[in-house]
Parts: sequence; C-alpha cells; structure tokens
Amino acid sequence: MTTDFETHDHDVLIIGAGGAGLSAALGALAQGAKVGVVCKSLLGKAHTVMAEGGIAAAMANVDSADDWRTHFRDTMRGGKMLNNWRMAQLHAQEAPERVRELEQWGALFDRTQDGQILQRAFGGHTFRRLCHVGDRTGLEMIRTLQDRGVQLGIDVYMECAITRLLKDGDRVAGAFGYWREQGRFVVFRAKSIVMATGGIGKAWKITSNSWEYTGDGMALAYGAGAELMDMEFVQFHPTGMVWPPGVQGILVTEAVRGEGGVLRNKLGERFMEKYDPKKMELSTRDVVARAIYTEVREGRGTEHGGAYLDISQKPADYVKKKLPSMYHQFKELADVDITKGPMEVGPTCHYMMGGIRVDAETAKASVAGLFAAGEAAAGLHGANRLGGNSLSDLLVFGRRAGLSAAEHAAKISNTVSDSGLIEEAAREMLAPFERKDGESPYTIHRDLQETMQNLVGIFRNKEDLLRALEELEKLKERTGRQSVEGSRLFNPGWHLAQDLKAMLTVSEAVTRSALAREESRGAHSRIDHPGLDAAWGSKNNVIVREGSAMTLRQSPVPELPSELKQLVADEK
Amino acid sequence: MAEATFEVFRGDRDGGKPATYRVPIAPGMVVLDALHHIQAHQAPDLAVRWNCKAGKCGSCSAEVNGRPRLTCKTRMDALPLDKPITVQPMKAFPVIKDLVTDVSWNYRVNKKIPPFEPRPGTDWKMYQDDVDRVQEFRKCIECFLCQNVCHVLREHEQMEQFGGPRFFVRVAGLEMHPLDSKSRTRMLKDELGIGLCNITKCCTEVCPEEIHITDNAIIPLKERVVDEFYDPVLMLVRKIRGAK
Repeated sequence: MTTDFETHDHDVLIIGAGGAGLSAALGALAQGAKVGVVCKSLLGKAHTVMAEGGIAAAMANVDSADDWRTHFRDTMRGGKMLNNWRMAQLHAQEAPERVRELEQWGALFDRTQDGQILQRAFGGHTFRRLCHVGDRTGLEMIRTLQDRGVQLGIDVYMECAITRLLKDGDRVAGAFGYWREQGRFVVFRAKSIVMATGGIGKAWKITSNSWEYTGDGMALAYGAGAELMDMEFVQFHPTGMVWPPGVQGILVTEAVRGEGGVLRNKLGERFMEKYDPKKMELSTRDVVARAIYTEVREGRGTEHGGAYLDISQKPADYVKKKLPSMYHQFKELADVDITKGPMEVGPTCHYMMGGIRVDAETAKASVAGLFAAGEAAAGLHGANRLGGNSLSDLLVFGRRAGLSAAEHAAKISNTVSDSGLIEEAAREMLAPFERKDGESPYTIHRDLQETMQNLVGIFRNKEDLLRALEELEKLKERTGRQSVEGSRLFNPGWHLAQDLKAMLTVSEAVTRSALAREESRGAHSRIDHPGLDAAWGSKNNVIVREGSAMTLRQSPVPELPSELKQLVADEK
Repeated sequence: MAEATFEVFRGDRDGGKPATYRVPIAPGMVVLDALHHIQAHQAPDLAVRWNCKAGKCGSCSAEVNGRPRLTCKTRMDALPLDKPITVQPMKAFPVIKDLVTDVSWNYRVNKKIPPFEPRPGTDWKMYQDDVDRVQEFRKCIECFLCQNVCHVLREHEQMEQFGGPRFFVRVAGLEMHPLDSKSRTRMLKDELGIGLCNITKCCTEVCPEEIHITDNAIIPLKERVVDEFYDPVLMLVRKIRGAK
C-alpha cells in the first residue's frame, strides 16, 4: 500500500492551540522560526477557553506584601514539595511579566480603584493574587493570544489530529495525522515539536474536560520514547455540578469560594471546619475534594450526592457581576438561581499534574527535538495544583518551550522522516474500517470511564488498582477488535477509535504510578496507606517505554538550594 | 422511560435528508446530550462539533426546531415533545457533514482586522467604568449564530462585501478599548460593509452571551463611519482644506 498524504514543513510544530500552544507559537515566532500549530478543534475552542477563576501572578496590586517568594512558597506547599523547585521559581518570578504582556496585547482585566489589574483570593494562595475577568478569564486569554498569533503569521491547521510522532534516528522529526474533516492523512516535517495537548480527563466518567482531553501528547511522547512523570497525580476539582445528570461534572469555578461562597452538608454544617479550620473553603483542592467526598460517603450529602455551595449571602448584583457565567450556567442548566439559594456540587476530574518530564529552563523532554508545556508537561505543580497556577503555567512555560524549540530548530539543517512508519501509522488508522461487526469505540470508552472512575478515583487502594490494570489490559484487547461505520468524512466514531489508544496508555501510566506510591500525598490518596511517607517525599515516579512494555522507576526530587528551602520552611 | 423523536439532518455538501432517531429523556437533558446518545447507540458517524458542553466555547451551534441555538444550552423540557425535534446545521455556511459546517470564512474575515495598537507612552492605567462596556464585546464565544441569522449573509450571501455582526463586535471591542490608538472606520465602511446592515436586530436576539450587538456595537460604529465620511460640515471643511 502506498499512502496518500500531504506534507507541510515547519521549523517548529506545535501540537495543541490552547494557552500553552499559542504562547509557544508566539515565543517561537519571536525567534524568527516558521511556526505551525495543529489543533483538534477550531481555533479558540481549546480547554483554556473554559478557564474561569484567573491567572495567579504576584503583582501585588491588591495585597502589597505579595511577591514571587510567597507565590513560590504557596506553590511548593500546595504541591506537597514534590514540585520541581526551579519550575516553581521561574513560574512565580515570570508570571507578572506575562500578565502585563497579555494586557499589552489587548487583554482587558477587571480593575482596581486606582486603575490597575484587580486580583482575587483563591485556595492555597496567601494573598489575593488571581488576575481575572469576571469568571471568563480563559476566554480573554485565548482570544488575546490567538488574535496576536494569527496577526503575526502562524499557520494554523484546525481540526487536525496527530496519531504518531516521526523520528530521524533518536531525534523527533515530524508528526503523522489526519484531517478530521475529510479524513485525509497529513505529514508535518519539523525540526522541533512542542506538545501542548493538555490533559487526560476524558478517561474518567465524571469530568470537567471536553472530548479533546484524551492524553494525546503524553501518549505520543511516550510512544516516541520520552519519559512521563508524576502520573499518579490527577486533580479532582472539588466543585463540579452534580444535577441534572446531563451536566454532571461541569465545572463550578473556585472563584465562587474566592468571592466568599460557603460549603455546607445536608445538616447545614459548615463541614470544612473539620478538615481545614484555618483555610476553610479556601483550602487546597485536594483537601476540599476529599472533604466533600467524605461527607457524601458518610451520609451527609445532598439529595443528588453532593454538598451545598452558597454565595447567596452576597448582594445579587455583586454575584451577577463577579460570577456571570456561573449565574447563567445554573439558571439555564439546573433551574437554580445562585443569588437566591445554594448550588449542589461534588468532585469532578479536572486536571493532570503529571505528564511529560521536562527540563525546567528549556521545557525539553527526554527525547531530542521534543518539548512540552502546560498541562501536558509535569513538574511545576507537584502533587497538587493551586487554582490559578494553570493559566500562569501556560504563559510562562508555553513561551519558554517556544523559545527553546526555535533555538533547537535553528541548529538543525534538515529532517528525514521514516516512510515505513508513515505506512504503518496509516494502516493502523484504517484498520477499524476493515473489521466488520467489531465493537463500537463508544462502548469501550464508556467501560474505560467506569473503570477509571470506580477504581482509580479520589480514594485508591492496592486491590482496586490491580483490578484496574487487569481491566485496562482487557480494554486494550478490545480496542484491537473495534470497528467503525461510515466513511472517513468527519466521522466522530473513527476519531474516538484513535483517541482511545492514547487514553488507554495514559490510564495505564496513572494506574501503575498510583499503585507504586504507597502513601497519600496531595491529590493521590491511598486508603491502605493514609499518611505521608517521608521516603516517598523525595521521589518522583517516572514511566518510560521499554520495547512494548511500560516500565516504572523512581527518580529523586531535585533538592532545593538552601535559601529556597528556608523560604518554604518559614512560618507564615 | 419517556422518549423524544429527533429528526437530524444527515448529509454532506452533495445534499442529504433528515434521519429519525428515538432517544430516552433524562431530567435536565439538553439537545447535545441527545445527539451524543444517538452517536453512542445508533449512528456512531453522526458529525457534531462540541467542546465544553457548558456554553463557554461556542462550538455546538445548530438550528433546533428552526431556531439557531447552542445545542448544549437547549433544554429538552423547553421543547414540545409531541412532535419530532428537528436539528439542522447552520444554514448560512456550507455543510461539511451532518451538523458540521464550514465556518472558515469567519477566520478569514477576522484576519483582516488590524490588531490592538496601544497609545504610545501609556501608563496602562484603566478604570472599571471604561473597561465595562468593552468587556461586553469580549464575552463573544464565536458560536457564529449571529452570522448565521444575519440576512445579509444568510439570504443575500454578501460574504465578499460584509463582515457580519461577529466582526462588528470584535471591531467595537478594539475601537472602544480605552488605550487603543488605531482607527478602523475606513475598513468598517469599505471592507466590512457596515452600511449593508439595516439593524433588524436578528443577531442580538440569538446571541447566547446576550451581547447587545446592534445597540452597543453596530449603531455606535455606524455613527463613527457617518461622522468621519458623511458629515456635511466636515466634508465641507475637508473640501476647503483640499484634504481627501
């Protein structure tokens, strides 16, 4: 078989067009590179558009005592010291400049009385730190970045998905994929590739994530031989909608609590007093999610199995002004007026702290030519991410990845892609059309979501995790037998059949890492190992492919320099 | 369990026709849930765009019972269930397949609009009162429903001469930015054809973000164009001074 495909050449190819991908594109463009951006959806629809609360940056516009050191300390403490300290430092130091840059590109943030960017309180942040636009900060950010990128001349390949990375020897040299619209194949030759593909939430049943969040970047990088790290740390956001069934999992922004929202159980108790009396509702997400889950499990949940979140004590106009999309979301989808009564909320799979292992300064992965940023990369957030630290992560490390990818590309003269690999990738893609009466990818996806939800959720134990590995093995076999109907023209069933492979790879990595870490830390809670274990506090789990087998080993957490160690230890 | 009947357009650029599906109804269900149910159980190749399922990304636009809507925000309990619910792709754009249309024209128009250009030497101070009215325009989620219902595009297909409500909103956001220094009025007149809009407010009615497209964006922009190009006093002044 000779595969038909079109070819495009770029210095830097960026996979993913959310905040990280677009920041990387702008970074690479500033170095004079020829930049291409590939995205599975239309431009501007990536997950960043749904980010609500804000961008964490120690600008000290509202609380003048704030500075990068406090932001650094909050991030490290929130991540239970498993973070890469250098990433946390760079992030805290550079975030304010990145926010100012967004403003200079046309973003319009909410303002303080004296005309500066307004900042709000959020869980785990010592000071009011989140630069925001009501509860649609992500929309403001992605529009600003995309308009600038398009204006400056990035090539955007919309509704295009990558299924394979191509290599030239040990170096990543391109990518193979398909146009969702016509189903035709496409090959990108590139000197550097940046993974900015976001997270993996679609492997769980209750999630705030869109269909795109299938772990493609992590699975592609893993397939190309790159290391994944911290895969056990999956963040369950404490507040997703729980009723009605169709909206289950949709995010309720932490800004509700940031603006003064209170959590209660069905007995009317403000239960956070039991779990974190000091920070209460503004404790870190891991703590609040477990608190709500525990209240429900012990019989104090609401009618539909959640907790009450109430902001109605604030004036109605204030709520509508500061939380407009929450107001509309509940009014239109749940018939609840949040200015008059409480919302029902419960944990929802939201964010992946783990991902592709990268160098702190350059965002380089462990395979030459490959870079990663944003949710697809690991390291900054450690065992738990603070709200608001994601958007700033995208800006800081997206830009860094773009700069180093362009620098790397400038040193490479030409790239050769392996045509054998292309043939193989094409055959693999078309196989589900040739099988008749195989299983539907939708059924396999549903069973995967049940498995991950029930066996690799907020609370884990050895027995469940071992069972999950068995189930994943069966699901993998089933994907080998799946068949799809219809033609190659915009065929979601066929697309899902491809996405499932990535979901299964990352699900296995999550489960293996969760099984190995016999302690509870941040977002990873083992019922059979409930406490922190100091020995595990200095180890990251690293996943890598050896032959066709997934192997896991531990790698020491980089040690903090003494002045930063002191900073984190200081009581405050 | 109660069921609803759907008639969903199935086809491509060469034509097509509605196909009938029966879907069980759950409390609080929206039309997009029903489309997902059809994909999972009856028609795995049914083409639908969607992302956030929470009214924030503007991907799932379609015409439900003839009304342009975001399917993720269209509740089934708000629709009469005694007759089939029809779901059609947006009419103003060419069909790719089923409910997915080719909206690339919008991205081409957007590219023409000159970006934000800050006033030289600004100290970046802005006040909430000044920012408020611009923030309204920046709420746009690019669902393109306003483009879909605008008769200049939908009936008269003036894609070459006209930018459409979405891009008047975008230009308004730039023109009224407190620190922007660029004028886009000539472009509004010549390239985006704002004069073709006869303010029927169809766009405003369908906007899921409730942006006052006609009153707050289009009319003030039309006034700017009139002031700059059609004000008789200013025209006279220009004539005397010999300016263009």
